[in-house]
Amino acid sequence: MIRFLVRRCSQALVVLLLVSIIIFILLHLLPGGPARAILGTHATPTTIAAFNRENGLDSPLPVQYWHWLTGVLSGNLGFSYVLNQPVSSVLAQRLPKTAFLAGISVLLAVLIAVPVGLYQAVRRARLDDYVVTTVTFVLYSTPAFWVALLLIDVLAVRLHLFPAEAPQGAFSALFGDPSALVLPVATITLVTIAAYSRYVRSSVLDELAQDYVRMARSKGAGLRVVLLRHVLRNALSPVVTLLGVSLPFILSGTLITEQVFNYPGVGLLIFNAAEQQDYPVMLGVVLVVGAATVVGSLLADIVYAILDPRVRASVNGEAGR
Amino acid sequence: MSLENMTAALGGADHPGADGPVPAEAPGRVRLRAFADNRLAVAGLAVVIALTLFAFIGPLLYHTDQVHTRLAAETLRPGPGHPLGTDNVGYDQLGRLMVGGQTTLEVAFGAAAVAVLLGVVWGATAGYLGGFADGLMMRVVDALLAIPALFLLIFLATVFKPSVLMLIIVVGVTAWLVPARLVRGEALSLRNREYVQAARTMGVRPPTIIFRHIVTNSIGTILVNATFQVADAILLVAALSFLGLGISPPATNWGAMLSDGLNYTYSGYWWLTYPPGIAIVLTVVAFNLIGDGLRDAFGLDTRRG
Repeated sequence: MIRFLVRRCSQALVVLLLVSIIIFILLHLLPGGPARAILGTHATPTTIAAFNRENGLDSPLPVQYWHWLTGVLSGNLGFSYVLNQPVSSVLAQRLPKTAFLAGISVLLAVLIAVPVGLYQAVRRARLDDYVVTTVTFVLYSTPAFWVALLLIDVLAVRLHLFPAEAPQGAFSALFGDPSALVLPVATITLVTIAAYSRYVRSSVLDELAQDYVRMARSKGAGLRVVLLRHVLRNALSPVVTLLGVSLPFILSGTLITEQVFNYPGVGLLIFNAAEQQDYPVMLGVVLVVGAATVVGSLLADIVYAILDPRVRASVNGEAGR
Repeated sequence: MSLENMTAALGGADHPGADGPVPAEAPGRVRLRAFADNRLAVAGLAVVIALTLFAFIGPLLYHTDQVHTRLAAETLRPGPGHPLGTDNVGYDQLGRLMVGGQTTLEVAFGAAAVAVLLGVVWGATAGYLGGFADGLMMRVVDALLAIPALFLLIFLATVFKPSVLMLIIVVGVTAWLVPARLVRGEALSLRNREYVQAARTMGVRPPTIIFRHIVTNSIGTILVNATFQVADAILLVAALSFLGLGISPPATNWGAMLSDGLNYTYSGYWWLTYPPGIAIVLTVVAFNLIGDGLRDAFGLDTRRG
């Protein structure tokens, strides 16, 4: 386990370093570089040159990267001149909200997808399996923003069941009006269920084909007992890694959802920053979201290794991923 | 990233595709028959062909002006002259659906091609080289995978003004990671095969081995993933259009038509949203069905679906 942890953590560190390099490259990909990012699109070459000289942006790129990286590590993500705030403090306000929205939605998606996938595997190739597959396929293939707006149209505008806008203000405001969270959470959950239930379905199908299932059945164990006591336990541990791997997918869905419901998380933040060409904020969001994804999938892998000792045994290579 | 890609990312290193049973005779024909036996996959293929004909041949038979706006004829209900009505600036909606379909399909196919090409070259090279180079190349893939596609796309779309070509490149550049992982997994197992070792002993240069042996033997995986990439790209471009970062008018795509139409939901202008929306869902479902069918025909791991 220790060897697994060391190996997996050092891998994650390398990935984090590479994420930071990618962001740094993006920063310099901007026409005019970081100076343009800060001074805005109307800056003249002279002011950019002056700014570069003042801020050490004319030194060699590796030196600049080192300065930038040490700054990032000490919490300095740059300054948003559009919002007139340090990027880190903007992110500190927004990030918990996105984590909350994504977290609840993922939890719900798992709670729904596991029984659905299990049911589909047991009823494999029958009518109900096909019906569920079709529904999840269609849900998955529908643009998330359309799902969101259809939900608003039916549940908010016609039936007046839930508000169409997410709660605004501080983090605690989210709990003040839980009904306003229903539609955003439902949107992300609906588009995520398809992916999860299909994975659970094939994972359970794999397990059902194993010898131990036939063994348990031939010794007289009922289908329900075999499913719940043996199959589910084995089929669910890979789902933990799926959670880690699907994080970027979920965050992309969260971005759209936040935009539709005006939910003040990092997705809406990067969207607004894009409209105002606020590059420091955009890159700050990308950096933090990337880092969160790396850490998330690291945690998922560790949990997987705890649940399934075989993963720990295969320390070597990426067999456990 | 699609659900197919998502689960594919899990099995990249050790899926059994390359070690599967090798058909004794005419593998191409066996696979064709297996694909043809899959009714859903054939239906998917039919839908794709029909929609492609609709978008590219349709305008030759059904002439509409998709350049000049006619505000006097805006949001007309479906009726004679305009089978699907007109949109908010007076374009004939049926004709618009064809023009939008062209862009949608061009970008989707183009982006999938870019993604698969990049991914195949990167993954096959990493897997063939192995060792430190492989480790480093795959960590780069991990790092890029960690950044959610839409976040990266928003940034790129802000920096580079979107056009059809730019969208193809930008979406392709964010989507090559999963094919890279899959092909790398194939390459890892293929590099130890006797014929690859024989080729190496005979002094065949690595690039030749990679393309002649590794890539050709991973063609099933590549083809299946390419299909899912097309479906993915359609949804990504739709999301970008919704965020206002798509192609600017008078060019359009189904995603842009859908998101423009959604502004009129409360006016009850259903013909502005349902036709492009259904076109998107149909196409994405169709490509996913084709991908499933191809995967079965090539006998690849079912876990990846």
